[in-house]
Amino acid sequence: MEARELIARRAAKELRDGQVVNLGIGIPTAVANYLPEGVELILQSENGALMFGPTPRLGAQDPDFANAGGQPITLLPGAAVFDLAASFGIIRGGFVDATILGGLEVDQEGNIANWARPIAPGKYTPGMGGAMDLLAGARRVIVTLQHSSKTGSKVLKKCTLPITGAGVVDLIVTEKAVFEVSPAGMVLIEIVDGVTVDDIRAITEADFTVSDQLCAYQV
Amino acid sequence: MDLDAAMEKIHDGATIMLGGFLGVGSPLRAIDKLAERGVKDLTIISIVNAHPAGNFDMEILYRHKQVKKLITSHSGTCQIALDQWAAGETEIEYFPMGTMVEKMRAAGSGLGGVLTATGLGTLVEEGKRKLTIEGKEYLLELPLKAEFAFIKGYRGDRFGNIQYRGVSANSNPVMATAADYTVAEVNEIVEVGVITPECVGTPGIFVQAVVQGNTFEEHQRAYTDQWVRAKLLK
Repeated sequence: MEARELIARRAAKELRDGQVVNLGIGIPTAVANYLPEGVELILQSENGALMFGPTPRLGAQDPDFANAGGQPITLLPGAAVFDLAASFGIIRGGFVDATILGGLEVDQEGNIANWARPIAPGKYTPGMGGAMDLLAGARRVIVTLQHSSKTGSKVLKKCTLPITGAGVVDLIVTEKAVFEVSPAGMVLIEIVDGVTVDDIRAITEADFTVSDQLCAYQV
Repeated sequence: MDLDAAMEKIHDGATIMLGGFLGVGSPLRAIDKLAERGVKDLTIISIVNAHPAGNFDMEILYRHKQVKKLITSHSGTCQIALDQWAAGETEIEYFPMGTMVEKMRAAGSGLGGVLTATGLGTLVEEGKRKLTIEGKEYLLELPLKAEFAFIKGYRGDRFGNIQYRGVSANSNPVMATAADYTVAEVNEIVEVGVITPECVGTPGIFVQAVVQGNTFEEHQRAYTDQWVRAKLLK
């Protein structure tokens, strides 16, 4: 299985029926495709909707119905729409049970960096959008990212890029492993088939302990 | 009022809020008219930048080099904006999206600022006051206002009452309150009373001019064409 799909399938297992969930762009968006049987979420789109549905087919699109990526969407029965003030009230107010976000880097202190790649001195792209508000307000923060980039581990002792949120990450899901993060540190809880704890140590810059309930990656 | 008459007020160096979210709920006609009018050195306040598939909504203001500064939460969808920024030709100031909304809400609703935990421990807190309230730390974010706002509604009447449609209200209602002069572009101008009171999304007292934008049919065609071009429909 391709890494991104594996990560999305694993992250989907974290979600519970009836939860209010905001999914970020990229791997997190795909999580909605792999929800366990019987799990129906109230998906929030920060541009102003609860309970959005699948992409419309050509002919069923509506010019005023789109998601936070500017893509056409449908709404499910029971949906609600609102402006950005209400939408971010939902986010900051603690009404979002979980958010799944992509990351450029995460670290063992629960910091995440996903808004700022330098394009010139002091200038960063793409900007934080709603991510900082989500990190400040969502009850549970799940970060999905590939374990390593071309230049090395993305699971670090300390993020090198400007962070999006400080000490906010609860769970890290990569294609190799799953870590829980708390003020006490990072704990390895799952590893994929054919990989040892030593293998994970070799590709992970962060310090972590190994759970005494360490188990196989759940997909 | 027609759009041309409203547009005469816009001068070089103006600070302008543009409603919409990646082009959805955006005042497309007003943006094209701003480009045609050629006013320069604009400070644009927009919650995000242009639609990621390009050649839509506010991208044209960058193509015409009219933007001196953009205040936004996200600019990654508009490469030309990033290129001009990297080259030092334009500025970008980022705020977290929810913070930016509340800054505008504060400006429009008589508040001296807002306290938020969003951005604590990040670059966003640089230069800002921190206050501890009942043991929790917050950043003080100040009001954000503009001389002009161009917003987009579905229907409007001569009192300025605006009805929104679908998921397209987004930043429009808050911007309508935070500008000295708000122009609402709508798909249809209707008689007073046609928009029932509970359907008024922005009360007319916040709106100085209602102008005819794309008709609803033109509006449908514009988004269908953009989404088909970007291969976003199944």
